[in-house]
Amino acid sequence: MTAQLPALQVAIPLACAPLCVLFRVRFVPWLLFVVAAVGSLVCAALLAGRVASEGTVRYAMGDWRAPAGIEFVVSAFNTPVLLLVSLAATVTAGYARRSVAAEIEPRRRRLLYACLCLTLAGLLGLAVTGDVFNAFVFLEISSLATYTMIAMGQHRRALLAAFRYVVIGTVGAVFVLIGIGLAYAVTGTLNMADLAERLAEGHDNRALQAAVVFVFVGLAVKMAVFPLHAWLPGAYAEAPSVVSTFIAATGTKVAVYVFCRFAFTVFGAALVFGVLRIDRIGLALAALAMLVGSAAACFQQDLRYLLAWSSVAQIGYILAGVSLATASGVSAAYLHLINHAVTKAALFAAAGLLVMQLGSVRLSALAGLGRRMPWTFAAIVVAGLGLVGVPPTAGFVSKWALVTALVERGMWPVLVAMLASSLLALVYVGRIIEVVWFREPPASAELEPTQSPATPASMVAAIWFLVLLTVYFGIDPTFPGGLADAAASALLGSGGE
Amino acid sequence: MIAGLYVYWALFAVMLIGLYVVISHGNLVKKLLGLTVFQVGVFLFFISVGKVAGGSAPIIAEGAGPYSHPLPQVLILTAIVVGVATLAVGLALAVRIFESYGTVEEDELERVADEQPEPNGAFGAQCVPNAPFGSERGGGRS
Repeated sequence: MTAQLPALQVAIPLACAPLCVLFRVRFVPWLLFVVAAVGSLVCAALLAGRVASEGTVRYAMGDWRAPAGIEFVVSAFNTPVLLLVSLAATVTAGYARRSVAAEIEPRRRRLLYACLCLTLAGLLGLAVTGDVFNAFVFLEISSLATYTMIAMGQHRRALLAAFRYVVIGTVGAVFVLIGIGLAYAVTGTLNMADLAERLAEGHDNRALQAAVVFVFVGLAVKMAVFPLHAWLPGAYAEAPSVVSTFIAATGTKVAVYVFCRFAFTVFGAALVFGVLRIDRIGLALAALAMLVGSAAACFQQDLRYLLAWSSVAQIGYILAGVSLATASGVSAAYLHLINHAVTKAALFAAAGLLVMQLGSVRLSALAGLGRRMPWTFAAIVVAGLGLVGVPPTAGFVSKWALVTALVERGMWPVLVAMLASSLLALVYVGRIIEVVWFREPPASAELEPTQSPATPASMVAAIWFLVLLTVYFGIDPTFPGGLADAAASALLGSGGE
Repeated sequence: MIAGLYVYWALFAVMLIGLYVVISHGNLVKKLLGLTVFQVGVFLFFISVGKVAGGSAPIIAEGAGPYSHPLPQVLILTAIVVGVATLAVGLALAVRIFESYGTVEEDELERVADEQPEPNGAFGAQCVPNAPFGSERGGGRS
């Protein structure tokens, strides 16, 4: 049974998806999503334990051996991602029941849960697969399910956001496909380990260089790297709260992992960062993303758009770490990936609770509500400080690691951009604090006693679990730090640098 | 040798035509058509990579000659399924957009969205909801 864990990890959510559609009983689809999430979390935890004690686990799908068959690889570089995605799904599952009941009309609920299961399966598959074409298929499974879920948002603007994401996301995925095709034409293999072996030399092959560029541009779309981020704010802000909580924590993060996987263990650092100098482009775009994302967040009038723009900036931090291509840089990137996922999930979850209780998260509608809903806003403030990087939160630990890594390589301009971005983060988080705690509530709000139905305990528990997790990771970063270090050394060790 | 590569020139031209349509057209359905052309270009590119001149189907038989590489074709079978699913999602969204905005032209969509400011009530409240299929809203130009 344990030998089948890498497959089960993906198969459980995949099997739950059609079941969600079949069962029309009210709570069964939700229960199935819980089963999928908890099941994958258990698999991920068991696999992480096994990788820690025995090293890389390789699983031949259908018992077809590696270069010919599809291989699942679980190693130190993807266990953090598996744990993160399945944990995010589990927390989302706890949060989902009441949130979905409040936001989604009854006949669409089971479809939403089916799409959540599919997204989970796609993301986990993307994280474990050791085959480049299989990676493309899982990328599309998760993306297609995500498009559908975004379109279920409350306002009709969600449809436009979803459509935009369909077009941009598909172009990105097809770019990845072109890159895979070119790499296949050059090497004649699709297995990642096999590709890495055959690409150890011949770096001046133009088709190969084109392959690298196509794959990375395609992945940059999925990661929402700065000039290709246009889909992200609308998609995160208009999606149903459950969906934005889940994809803000996982979607772009898994794409970042795939980026690392391709850069270090498929094409190899020598080609990607040595010959093609993608590190320079990455650092420049990362710096721009930090500045533009944070600056744009400062001007948003809607809490969820603000959070989404802040994600664009945070992707910049992660990309900067990856682009350094040093052990400390990649480790810092992984650490920030984990910390930011937890923080942003907490913030989107809290925003979802506000949407449910107030009907709107425009900042003007939140004025002076800090006293009426102290716990929700306290959660937003703590997690918000995590975005800025204030000491007792996780954001501080990973930003500090990133600063150390940047100083190590003498990347001063990026460091300046990062500090400026953190100051801008202080501005936008400060704006939220100012509005909710120090402004007078509008008179009309006092007159409407109908608002604020009882706060669902399950949603509050999910939010505070995430918030406390960020604080815990801030005080005692040994667990995520250990995972990140192991991941970085596994990636760079096999990168043939 | 350059002439031998004409297939790739042609196929990358097809891809670029598709991509250009996606970028240049404001009509959402035309965008999806462009996207499909772009994808089909990539599919053909994969298949052309596996083609061997004079090759036939990979059937083991007496005196069988060279055969074309079957793997890219199998891969593309999967990719075609993905492409069809994408097109279906895209068209479904276009229908929903038409139902709730009354247009699928991008510039008009912006105008409609600006003219009728974003409603911000919760589910079931007073607002223009994200309408379910067959709702009364929209369809003004049918």
